[in-house]
Amino acid sequence: MKRWNYSLLAGCILSGAVLALALVGQFWTPYDPTAMDASVRNAAPSLAHLCGTDNFGRDIFSRIMNGAFTTCFVAICTVLIGAVGGTLVGAVTGYFGGPLDNVVMRVNDVLLSFPSVLLALVLVSLMGPGTANIIAALGILFIPSFARIVRGEYLRLKNQDFVWSARIMGAGNLRIMFVHILPNLFVSMLTTAAVGFNNAVLAEASMSYLGLGVQPPETSLGRMLYEAQTYLFNAPWYAIFPGVTIIIIVLGFSLISEGLRERESRG
Amino acid sequence: MKYVLKKVITLIITLLCISAITFGAFSVIPGDAAVSKLGVNASPQQVEELREEMGLNDPIPVRYLSWLSGAVRGDFGDSYQYDNTTVASLLADRLPVTALLAAMSFLMILALSLPLGILSARFSGKWPDIGINLATQVVMAIPSFFLGIILTYVFGLVLHWFQPGQFVQPWEDLGACLGYLAFPAAAVALPKIAMVVKFLRGSVLAEMQKDYVRTAYSRGNTKGMVLYRHVLRNAFIPVITFLALVIAEILAGSIIVEQVFSVPGVGRLLITAILNRDYPVVQAVVMYVTALVVVINFLVDLLYQAVDPRIKTSG
Repeated sequence: MKRWNYSLLAGCILSGAVLALALVGQFWTPYDPTAMDASVRNAAPSLAHLCGTDNFGRDIFSRIMNGAFTTCFVAICTVLIGAVGGTLVGAVTGYFGGPLDNVVMRVNDVLLSFPSVLLALVLVSLMGPGTANIIAALGILFIPSFARIVRGEYLRLKNQDFVWSARIMGAGNLRIMFVHILPNLFVSMLTTAAVGFNNAVLAEASMSYLGLGVQPPETSLGRMLYEAQTYLFNAPWYAIFPGVTIIIIVLGFSLISEGLRERESRG
Repeated sequence: MKYVLKKVITLIITLLCISAITFGAFSVIPGDAAVSKLGVNASPQQVEELREEMGLNDPIPVRYLSWLSGAVRGDFGDSYQYDNTTVASLLADRLPVTALLAAMSFLMILALSLPLGILSARFSGKWPDIGINLATQVVMAIPSFFLGIILTYVFGLVLHWFQPGQFVQPWEDLGACLGYLAFPAAAVALPKIAMVVKFLRGSVLAEMQKDYVRTAYSRGNTKGMVLYRHVLRNAFIPVITFLALVIAEILAGSIIVEQVFSVPGVGRLLITAILNRDYPVVQAVVMYVTALVVVINFLVDLLYQAVDPRIKTSG
């Protein structure tokens, strides 16, 4: 009998739920997320306002739907930049090797030894805050970790029989790199992407929490936490619900990556 | 000895690269420090005088060398934002606080994660392990600053165990300072504890598969004896490297958590400096923190080699 992969299942349910909410939030939210209502300032969670309201009387649940979308959007863009950049760097260095490989990987190691938040802070302080800048800064930061994994896979695969057969059949280097070898990286890329997505969510949340990421009127989960802290005593739900949403996203994706790894090792 | 020498040279080159990147990055950005210091209403002549005085008219390599030679001596120049205040004095006030915070969370990590990791590996597959696994999985998903917000709410606002925002400097009252810092330290430490527990468990379990463990069993050792006498000392070796990574993460984590608890440390200095475009301060903090991380990695490499002489031949 087929054994259920509980990690993968639970992960898909958790992150699927949040992603679905975020997507729905683009078309419909219970309230207008920017509409202020002075009569219900800092209202506790109730049936009318599932997660309560903030200091302007805005519905927190609606804002979470929008904020989660921004957070996930930033994270997905970041991972895409990291994955594409990392694949190019990793493929070239891993496949060709030589002195270029040595130099690039040294630089890579130096970059990887930095605390990533610090690097992100430096980049943002150079470029200024804002959604596009945070995507660029985090995306660049994600290149080294992808590059390292892709390079390792290329090193492992480049002398395998199927590559030699392709070469004998007259395939060029570029064709071998991206048509023959690249598809084999799918699973390991997926796992790396899931982990990267989590790091991106956490990084975006941290930067926005520091006031250096997403700027109002846009909102993100980290930005909400930044705004919530002032009202922590009067409206603790303002902080709790966005925070819990972050936890659910991250937990979901780490379960997914765990499940993927488990599945791979089981074959 | 050759190994140590090689590592020292790598260390110096890395530090030089970092300093060049840090300095270069902040030199190419648009905006004139002299203008931002004097305000937009300053006359061009005033600006020109200040530029000359601040050395902004020199070519970048010259400025880099003078900055570097100062930095080596601990002199990072003057802050743009605060008049007549050296960056070094700003740092000197805040470094002890951050060092204390980092040390406390590192101790918390060691004190909790090692026993939990061993426990989890010892009973792998049984309920203590399953419980710990579940807990680590959840805790790792909590951003440290959110944990900080929760701690502030529960222990600060509801239970009144500490006064959020009422930080006491260590040289005024060390006890009160430590009592305050315990909460941010916990916020930084908790997600890292989960990481280390998971890593240690994996390391022990991988070590349990080795041949010498089978031999030890066949000689009549119990599971506990095998674990404590043979496996642990080997399983700890990769954990040492991992702990070095964790130290870097602690420093990064405290940048954000200091903000949550209004702890006047290096992290808060950095964020304020970024928001005010006080670049000499940003440069200095970045240089300081990364240098610290690189040096710690270097020391760990040496330690690693002392614990496990096999590294020397392979690396």
